[in-house]
Amino acid sequence: MLNTIYRLAAPRRFEKVLVDESFHGNEVLVRPTYVSICMADQRYFLGTRDPKVLEKKLPMALVHEASGVVQYDPTGRLTPGTPVLMVPDDPHETDPVRAENYLRSSTFAGSSEDGFLQELVRLDPHRVVPIEHGEVSGQTAAFTELVSVSMHAISRFEVTAHSDRATLGVWGDGNLGYIVSLLLTRLYPDSQIVVFGRSREKLENFTFASATYLTDDIPDDLQVDHGFECAGGNGSADAIAQFISLVRPEGTLMLMGVSEYSQPIETRMVLEKGLRLVGSSRSGRKDFENTLALYREHPETVRYLSRLINAVYDIRNVDDITNCFEMDSHPHFGKSIMKMSNQG
Amino acid sequence: MKFYAVILAGGVGKRMGNVGKPKQYLQLGSKPIIVHTVEKFAIHPGFERVLVLTPAEWVENTKDILRKSFGDSEHVIVTEGGAQRNDTVMAAIDWIEQHDGIDKDTVIVTHDAVRPFISERIIEDNLAAMKDYDACDTVIPAADTIVVSDEGEEITTIPDRKTMFRGQTPQSFKALRLRELYTSLSEKDKDWLPDACSIFTTKNIPVKLVAGEEENIKVTYPADLRMAQALIAE
Repeated sequence: MLNTIYRLAAPRRFEKVLVDESFHGNEVLVRPTYVSICMADQRYFLGTRDPKVLEKKLPMALVHEASGVVQYDPTGRLTPGTPVLMVPDDPHETDPVRAENYLRSSTFAGSSEDGFLQELVRLDPHRVVPIEHGEVSGQTAAFTELVSVSMHAISRFEVTAHSDRATLGVWGDGNLGYIVSLLLTRLYPDSQIVVFGRSREKLENFTFASATYLTDDIPDDLQVDHGFECAGGNGSADAIAQFISLVRPEGTLMLMGVSEYSQPIETRMVLEKGLRLVGSSRSGRKDFENTLALYREHPETVRYLSRLINAVYDIRNVDDITNCFEMDSHPHFGKSIMKMSNQG
Repeated sequence: MKFYAVILAGGVGKRMGNVGKPKQYLQLGSKPIIVHTVEKFAIHPGFERVLVLTPAEWVENTKDILRKSFGDSEHVIVTEGGAQRNDTVMAAIDWIEQHDGIDKDTVIVTHDAVRPFISERIIEDNLAAMKDYDACDTVIPAADTIVVSDEGEEITTIPDRKTMFRGQTPQSFKALRLRELYTSLSEKDKDWLPDACSIFTTKNIPVKLVAGEEENIKVTYPADLRMAQALIAE
């Protein structure tokens, strides 16, 4: 089959490439219908990654957040037209202890292999998670990968953090902070979910949270039992410092924001308070399934998530992709979604 | 609305040079050109079947070639085409009528076997256009100025390039409507018709334009095959 792949050849320059691929064997052919841009994609597009990394990885198709429909399943297990979530993590071995997304041998769409900006994507059945028609819109399904990443972090939190969870703090008023705090309100209804951010305007979106605070205007008596760091970038260090300051002893901080550079941490207080800092990154099939289970148990979650759709761009050629990335590169709240060709 | 893909593999490749077989059977990357083309339609869930129409002497070979990719499939059917392109299209309509039944909403999406770079987007746009039209044609804007010359010696006129397009395929039709219009033509008109879409335009029936793509090339001349090989990365 001659497949079309939209690869980033160099910062700000996509190219359309035709590739002769075999689609036989067990792999499911999935047609991406809605794909969503992540900060990681933008760092490649804008060229803000280390030049050596760019040189090594490009040309490469970007995007690891996507929903699609089954085009063809050689095993006949999935009916053509079935809407699916596409799992970017691509494990090449199984480990009885370690999750698939932490195995060094695993590859990842849009990072160590071509991402989902393709006409058709060949996926191992393990990486295809069917959803019911109408259960969740294609646009929201597109960034369900990011929800599964949040779900994964919370599942790690669940088995790591001590049981006093009266107040959970979330640092970050962006998309990840919104999703993590939203999920926490559903999964820990007896806990106070407090969100810390730098933009009053963005924090106003967090209507479901117990309270929101600007990071420079915190009540003197406020304390948290555990925290989730969803700031990333240069905001990581400040978020971690504030957590260390506000947390009660033996609290756990889930580190979720990606930083390009090393961040200083006040280890003296980490030691004195006996804190746990737990890294969490990406997700696997199980987390996608858990996310769908949460959507089914708490259907209002999907409506809250749909608030994150900032703009939907119709993509019909390479120029449309470039324009969408350019628009997305300007600061905004919410996700930029690309509607691929004329799919519904 | 039922859709049938109709792959026209009737050409005998006279323009291709001394290659010994029709151009659609030449190797492109890992497979013959015709296999790439049929695959794009065979994996598309929108089609009832994919009919491949070839010259009589190539029917069995084509079955063998496609069997390697699709096994013994009732979804991909190889059958004999007609003497001319429009005869082949009529043969496809007859086949559908005899085997599956046909009604006014049955649509055929006809495509050249030698255009293997057809995209899902073009196929989707053809299917969508047929909801509102009896026919549609895949075209791209004319990149070069088109010069009209009645006798081939001097320029008769130069039309505005903005109104000029180059025809590709697929061309999609309501099957019964196409047959009805075609059979109503005189033999002289049938010989004159440059293209199946002109059956509709001569009767003033609107034909929707679908945007094609530069890569959707037709492998006609030896240089085209080299171009096609070059288009495939890796």
